[in-house]
Amino acid sequence: MCLAIPARVAELLDNDNAVVELGGVRKEISLALVDGVVVGDYVIVHVGYALNRLDPEKAAKTLQLFAEIGLQTI
Amino acid sequence: MSNVKRGYIRPLDLKHGHIDMTHGSGGRAMAQLIEELFLAAFDNEFLRQMNDQASFPVPAGRMVMATDSHVVSPLFFPGGDIGCLSVHGTINDVAMAGAVPLYLSASFILEEGYPLADLARIVESMASASREAGVPIVTGDTKVVERNKGDGVFITTTGVGVVPHGVNISGDRARPGDAIIVSGTVGDHGVAILSVRENLSFGTSIQSDTVALHGLVADMVAAVPGIHTLRDPTRGGLATTLNEIARQSGIGMMLRETDLPVRTEVRAACEFLGLDPLYSANEGKLVAICRQEDASALLGAMRAHPLGQDAAVIGEVVEDDHRFVQMETAFGGRRIVDWLTGEQLPRIC
Amino acid sequence: MKYIDEFRDGELARKLAADIKREVHPDKNYGLMEFCGGHTHAIFRYGVQGLLPDNINMIHGPGCPVCVLPIGRVDSAIALARRPDVILCSYGDMLRVPGSDRVSLLKAKAGGADVRMVYSSADALKIAQENPDKQVVFFAIGFETTTPPTVVVILQAEALGLANFTVFSNHVLTPAAITAIMGSGEARVDGVVGPAHVSTVIGSRPYEPFAAQYHMPVVIAGFEPLDVMQAILMLVRQLNEGRAEVENEFTRAVSRDGNLKAQGLVAEVFELRKTFEWRGLGWVPDSGLQIREKYAAYDAEKRFELPYQSVDDHPACECSAIIRGVKKPLDCKVFGTVCTPDNPIGSCMVSSEGACAAYYTYGRYTGA
Repeated sequence: MCLAIPARVAELLDNDNAVVELGGVRKEISLALVDGVVVGDYVIVHVGYALNRLDPEKAAKTLQLFAEIGLQTI
Repeated sequence: MSNVKRGYIRPLDLKHGHIDMTHGSGGRAMAQLIEELFLAAFDNEFLRQMNDQASFPVPAGRMVMATDSHVVSPLFFPGGDIGCLSVHGTINDVAMAGAVPLYLSASFILEEGYPLADLARIVESMASASREAGVPIVTGDTKVVERNKGDGVFITTTGVGVVPHGVNISGDRARPGDAIIVSGTVGDHGVAILSVRENLSFGTSIQSDTVALHGLVADMVAAVPGIHTLRDPTRGGLATTLNEIARQSGIGMMLRETDLPVRTEVRAACEFLGLDPLYSANEGKLVAICRQEDASALLGAMRAHPLGQDAAVIGEVVEDDHRFVQMETAFGGRRIVDWLTGEQLPRIC
Repeated sequence: MKYIDEFRDGELARKLAADIKREVHPDKNYGLMEFCGGHTHAIFRYGVQGLLPDNINMIHGPGCPVCVLPIGRVDSAIALARRPDVILCSYGDMLRVPGSDRVSLLKAKAGGADVRMVYSSADALKIAQENPDKQVVFFAIGFETTTPPTVVVILQAEALGLANFTVFSNHVLTPAAITAIMGSGEARVDGVVGPAHVSTVIGSRPYEPFAAQYHMPVVIAGFEPLDVMQAILMLVRQLNEGRAEVENEFTRAVSRDGNLKAQGLVAEVFELRKTFEWRGLGWVPDSGLQIREKYAAYDAEKRFELPYQSVDDHPACECSAIIRGVKKPLDCKVFGTVCTPDNPIGSCMVSSEGACAAYYTYGRYTGA
């Protein structure tokens, strides 16, 4: 449905825009839909707009969950 | 009394001038364009004769001929332009038969109003590419079309070459068990083009990989004269080329995604736009298919050449009546790598 | 690439696959609908179905805004594009969708219409500023993820006082669609894999009444294949335990409330249409968005005469049943023969995440 990717905020610009970076590729996007974004944050980018901030702690927890699953027994 | 020198003809204004209809009419203006721009840049013994054709002896062996029209937009992109692209592209097509490219022709369709300064850049780039490759442009043609009936510049190049005896490289020779090798990272050119096109700009360090591959091919053929198939995956990317070969040879393929060389930036750009690097064009890479027992030697020869340092075995040819190109994904599942449908368009979904 | 590569790890995939295999009851069948077309695409592109046990059946839902847009609306867009005073801006996805008479925006462009592909609504606004003598219409499609970006440019157009910019809104709503499918009672759906990015905007709350009413577990899954597998595992567990809750696998980007700022902006500019036609689902009440009267100056449907003509699908096309999860692509008589990605008859085949296109492009060797 909605192609969106997590990208790191590399630079804040005027007019509520920012430059994000992913794998060495930089793109200018709009921050009009989110508040309080700072350089270093990761945001979900869809059609040139940041939709949300990505929570690094929760991301780490999810990955841990994947890895631990194999150790659980029923 | 006039101070003007006798016989003075005002030179082309390469800084501020533009193409107009007189440049294609066959008269003095056209002759001047040819002489001051094209002949000056491409200069060689054939062109100096100023004939409508070039004449040369043909070395022993089978002749190979290839032609390509170039309509790329934008005309200038990171790492190249339509000029060098047109030289590299046709040299590569000739080389993919295992042939030594000998001569090129170049015909131009120019749009009325196109700036001479830009045309001069393109022509200089072609001349440079031709000199570097050691393949002269020996004949050509120029036409001009009215404004809005062209895209600035269209270039068609044709190349001839000779295949040494004992070399038989063709798209229908892939056989089950053969190794599939790619000469380097895929998708670079397509992404470089996108990075300039209107509405899809983003800053990357991706350059087009446009280059002449005949030197690499010569080393490869010397190491393994029995190569089955060579092809350069241009429009439509690696996926399209592999599907073409599968259809021609009546076989299938099984690729391994983890073995595909793709630059991180190319991967990232494709993520942004919802594109697949397998379908992104290449202009300086080739696919080689050879017997499994020759793979090691071939890979060695490729990696020893500057243009093949990232060469890798990416899969095997298999029996398959359906002629599917399949891939084991990095994730562990399996999918088809299908033909490209139309042009790969960025998606939002 | 951070937050992408880790969620595509093959090792973890094998672990998750083993867990799923271990936890499914061998005599039970699990019909799981992945609502979102992006998930359909991921499942096929990474070959996830092949890693699942046979008694898990993935049903591909209608969460593909391209697939559910009726032919009549495509025709309207083409009619707009064909007006000599109009520049129509569209996302890439819509360009090849065939309207009536197999005409698409791309074909209209070949015929002289000024159709421009944009990556972002912001590009459309820029085109309007650069072409003051033309009417620029932005062909807006998408679920709740894509609606806020449309809202931003409408508000910007208003701030700039642009007189030549309008939006042709075809934005639709996810909960309404899920309800319509469940309401029809046809598909044997036991659980739903909820959309990733829609949920970053609307939050997990809107799925709660639905889960309660239909006693249907919903797990919101992230976009990557590991997310999808983890969500499948969580659904299997819920079904085994007889629960019907809304769970969130995509915790790193989805909260219960969602993006309140974006929701507020959408509410400012858009309101519910009484009803909207969906391909495959017919007329669904409270499922589409139209621009409020306050912003009528930016509504293409107010500025231009756009008589709407409902057009039936081709009689052989099974998109409608496929979108509802009742049939599979292979059940369609014209799948892969007359109807292919090169010559699509129905929209399931045009959009790269339509069930038919995904199946054809990535998975048809399984049926061969």
